[in-house]
Amino acid sequence: MNDLFAYTLRLGDDALISAQRTAEWIAAAPQLEEDVALGNIGLDQLGQARSLLQYAGSFDGRTEDDLAYFRDERDFLNVQLCELPNGDFAFAMARLLYFATYQHLLYDELRSSADETLAGVAGKAVKEVAYHVDHATQWVLRLGDGTEESHRRMQAGLDALWPYTAELFESDSLVQRLPAAVDPSTLSAAWTDRVLGVIDESTCERPSSSYQHTGGRLGRHTEHMGYLLAELQHVARSHPGATW
Amino acid sequence: MIEPLWEVFVRSRRGLSHTHVGSLHAPDATMALRNARDVYTRRQEGVSIWVVRAADITASSPDEKDEFFDPAGDKVYRHPTFYEVPEGVEHL
Amino acid sequence: MDFQATIDADGRIEPRDAMPDGYRKTLIRQIAQHAHSEIIGMQPEGNWISRAPSLRRKAILMAKVQDEAGHGLYLYAAAETLGVDRADLLDMLHSGRQKYSSIFNYPTLTWADIGAIGWLVDGAAIVNQVPLCRCSYGPYARAMVRVCKEESFHQRQGFEILYTLCNGTPGQKAMAQDALNRWWWPSLMMFGPPDTASTHSEQSMAWGIKRHSNDELRQRFVDMTVPQADVLGLRVPDDGLVHQDGRYRFTEPDYTELYDVVKGNGPCNQQRLSHRVKAHEDGAWVREAAAAYAAKKEARAA
Repeated sequence: MNDLFAYTLRLGDDALISAQRTAEWIAAAPQLEEDVALGNIGLDQLGQARSLLQYAGSFDGRTEDDLAYFRDERDFLNVQLCELPNGDFAFAMARLLYFATYQHLLYDELRSSADETLAGVAGKAVKEVAYHVDHATQWVLRLGDGTEESHRRMQAGLDALWPYTAELFESDSLVQRLPAAVDPSTLSAAWTDRVLGVIDESTCERPSSSYQHTGGRLGRHTEHMGYLLAELQHVARSHPGATW
Repeated sequence: MIEPLWEVFVRSRRGLSHTHVGSLHAPDATMALRNARDVYTRRQEGVSIWVVRAADITASSPDEKDEFFDPAGDKVYRHPTFYEVPEGVEHL
Repeated sequence: MDFQATIDADGRIEPRDAMPDGYRKTLIRQIAQHAHSEIIGMQPEGNWISRAPSLRRKAILMAKVQDEAGHGLYLYAAAETLGVDRADLLDMLHSGRQKYSSIFNYPTLTWADIGAIGWLVDGAAIVNQVPLCRCSYGPYARAMVRVCKEESFHQRQGFEILYTLCNGTPGQKAMAQDALNRWWWPSLMMFGPPDTASTHSEQSMAWGIKRHSNDELRQRFVDMTVPQADVLGLRVPDDGLVHQDGRYRFTEPDYTELYDVVKGNGPCNQQRLSHRVKAHEDGAWVREAAAAYAAKKEARAA
């Protein structure tokens, strides 16, 4: 597999699978204003996914839809954090805080990538995810420092997802040898700073789990991924060759 | 528990004043501003947003509307169409 | 100017104007029902976001369902200018004391239903809504201007979905025909009971809340839609459909079904309402937390 192709897929799959989960909130959010906000965030994520998958596809003549609908689970390279089923709203906001903060640092660096297309995608996306970080931050503060129940749920969300965060910063030979890539391990310190800053202000405890999941970048996923893909892909696969 | 109501004003582009576009509910000003951005500027309708707690707005009452607004009604010289412009004069 | 004089002069009534109690109540009922319809309407379409067969379609559908939440918000805001709280209106919806459009009590069974909803349901909604942009109550009329402006893409994307299906594989075309067969009659019922049986119409016309009768609007919709079905190559499931003097004569829908669905006996009434109630109840702790946080901040600032 071409390095640039694989690297672009990693970023694109993160965005696509996140969009799929975010969209599940639409018509189920705690209040109407939040349905609209999560709709915006999901659309941003989906837009990033489409740009990235279009670019990845350009290396071997596939379309964004070929890549989204006709790859099997082992060929998806997203981190497991993105695919976990939606829990409660605190879980959703913990995930958004962790993921969008990572994406923000990543896209900010990627803006000066040697690869012009990736730099262009990052330039647009960095503004979008800055808003996602802000949205997540506002809610983590409110839930953490709101009521007893919201504090308990916020803490539970932060704790449950913490073991899925190290995967975001895994370095491997691909990111080290590809000049266009950002080595995510270089983002880890800044990420920890920012995320812990928000957690402290929210009056929640810093998560302490040391166990960390891994495997997504190699196509090894959680049990949930198969169901997510079955839902995402089934109409397209029931009508091979059709256009929509 | 009822969240406060906020009135939303959007400046649609530079050079124009903020215009009332509607209202929304939010627990505080920070969230009201963010919600307003999502709800009322999804199609890039704005460059600046104000939110004001609806309860903080003092309005003229409809009963006194005659005294309040009628005096302005006869000051037609405030309106550009009051003035005659000779034919052929442009950009005025 | 007093109320009737303003109405007679085709002027606009604004929130703090004096208005008859009946006018206020009629508007609250109608605007709330309209707002409820927007947010319940998110469900049948939201049902297909996760399965949309291309990423482009997924993005369009997400934007559309999100718009519906936005439209619900504009309309609740308009209703609140009449002195009611959104929270109370939502309670009325959740307890079944206020209704929403019966069309959303039908299920979306295939991807083609997303096309049919855009084309027929949004098409019918636009026919209903465009005259409301001139409704006598200012905040409602302004909300509708915004809604109509944003909705122009909704109908078009629905037609485009069906057009693509109709020019696709035989399986896709059959899916489109099946969707039209199921959605045609419920769409005709969206204009309400026939004029002879409509309870609120006359007074609403006199107040400038309603501008055209149910049957007029239904006829307009049929005249607009049948030629579009021809372009798609789909058959409108009405054996009585005849083109005559530039209009279409059509078979009236079975209104007993409409009354039945309004009463709660539609395929998805229970499902739609309980989904809505669950989202609201699941969100209660979030709304409480936000309020508690705001109160704490305010106390600290004081």
